[in-house]
Amino acid sequence: MSGLTSMGMAELATAIKSRTVSASEVVDAHIARIIEKDDRIGAFLSRDDEAARAEARIIDERIAKGGDPGPLAGVPIGIKDVIHAKGLPTTCGSKILKQFQPPYDATVTARLRNAGAIVLGKLNMDEFAMGSSNENSAFKPVHNPWDTTRVPGGSSGGSAAAVSAGFAAMTLGSDTGGSIRQPASFCGVVGLKPTYGRVSRYGLVAFASSLDQIGPLTRSCEDAALALSVMAGQDAHDATSSGRPIDDYGAALRKPTKGLRVGLPREFLQIGGDAGVMAEFEKTIAALKADGAEIVDVELPNAPHAIATYYLVATAEASSNLARFDGVRYGLRSDSQASRGGLKEMYGETRDEGFGPEVKRRIILGTFVLSSGYYDAYYVRAQKVRTLIRRDFEKAFASCDVIATPTSPSTAFKLGEKTANPLEMYLADVFTVPANLVGIPGLSVPCGFSNRLPVGLQFVAPMFAEGTLLRAGHAVERLIGVAAKEPAL
Amino acid sequence: MVEIDDKLVTRIATLAHLSLSKEETHALAGDLRNILKYAESLEGIDLEDVPPMSHATEGERFRPDVAVHDLTRENALQNAPDQEGGLFRVPQVIGG
Repeated sequence: MSGLTSMGMAELATAIKSRTVSASEVVDAHIARIIEKDDRIGAFLSRDDEAARAEARIIDERIAKGGDPGPLAGVPIGIKDVIHAKGLPTTCGSKILKQFQPPYDATVTARLRNAGAIVLGKLNMDEFAMGSSNENSAFKPVHNPWDTTRVPGGSSGGSAAAVSAGFAAMTLGSDTGGSIRQPASFCGVVGLKPTYGRVSRYGLVAFASSLDQIGPLTRSCEDAALALSVMAGQDAHDATSSGRPIDDYGAALRKPTKGLRVGLPREFLQIGGDAGVMAEFEKTIAALKADGAEIVDVELPNAPHAIATYYLVATAEASSNLARFDGVRYGLRSDSQASRGGLKEMYGETRDEGFGPEVKRRIILGTFVLSSGYYDAYYVRAQKVRTLIRRDFEKAFASCDVIATPTSPSTAFKLGEKTANPLEMYLADVFTVPANLVGIPGLSVPCGFSNRLPVGLQFVAPMFAEGTLLRAGHAVERLIGVAAKEPAL
Repeated sequence: MVEIDDKLVTRIATLAHLSLSKEETHALAGDLRNILKYAESLEGIDLEDVPPMSHATEGERFRPDVAVHDLTRENALQNAPDQEGGLFRVPQVIGG
């Protein structure tokens, strides 16, 4: 059967359960495609093909005996290498964790496996999820399936490229400042960052704990709704996970466009994107309006401060979280001459050898803003601006259901184009970081092409309004319909 | 605006347990200057009576203070770079 690697999760699970195709055939088709094409993409850091095949056989046996393996029966998935999946290493794209074997499954991994999903492998990423191009991976860059001279975005670059290239029907990413949504936009797939607290982060290696969320990358909003239904919910292992009831995302998705109030932050949008990106964005907004959406002007006066706020808050938290990598309990330990001088020397040498340049940059910045004498001037000030940004969004949501912007100001850029200037790379996150600071959910959905490269539109919604987000995203899919296109690999 | 020089970065690196080379220190001082210059844009904002926001959760959540032993000693040590007798082994801490 052909086309298995183009199918969505819901479609695959239905076909497998009705025995139109076996889970083994589906898994084999995906493994064959990875073996054939991933040399050019670089999406996977590790795989266990035999384990995946064995799981597929178990699913097939259960179905043959009349059992129901769950809503994701036999669906092949990939996991960003910052989230634990027992049996495969967790490297975080870093030399410092090169051989780390997690002793347990992350809660999301366990929930997806219990629902019948089959883990094919772990996906490449910017080291410790720090980056917007995947060029900060300590192992290899990822190439965009639409144009292999370009980046896939980051930090979940491997996750976005894998869905786009047909290597997995769904992948997991993590999003601290846009790391699911921006690569989804660059690779022409759907990326959802849930509300802070909607999905358990147990088993996710922490970057910035007040901002991190795990979410799905998929070929459609329908698949994102299905994935979130499985992943969401309270977890005793994560005190920040919410006990709120989980909405029926599938039902929310099918609501009509009519009556949906879409907020446009016209002033914030002046920061601007490339002309090609803005043209696709405006075209999509016009289509939503023609389909019955109400377009509302909103103001987010403090949103332009989000990047500066984000890089102070996120690096402060990162410098604290990454203190645990010291060569004692896990990971690399330096064996250089200098590291033998004593414990402190071993720490310093291990961390200098193990971390890459961007991670060191952020540890230094974060340690600086938390240090005595600078704490109030930088860190506390940023936390106060964070309050103002949250107030802006609360006010805006009084008059609209979702707010729309481009996901990224540009389409995928060339490998190497922005590596020389870290600040320029940070500025590319302008439209995505506010949602992390506020805690609200965000969705990137493909809305067109500019110079044959995918363009993503981002919706954000109030806390726990993922259903509204998916409804808006699904409307774009119905009206624009680009999600079905695939790169010619 | 604070003066960011190689000496300050060296001090910060010591706090962060990073043994940076001279070249790394110098390059990071330049990066830090650029990023903090950009962050100066926050200085003009009126923050009178604005409380700091540290997280986005809906208030405190407590659980009973009960110890749960999910991790066996063997699991806890399985990734250790050096161990002896069921313990992590580290280089000498106190001078001898």
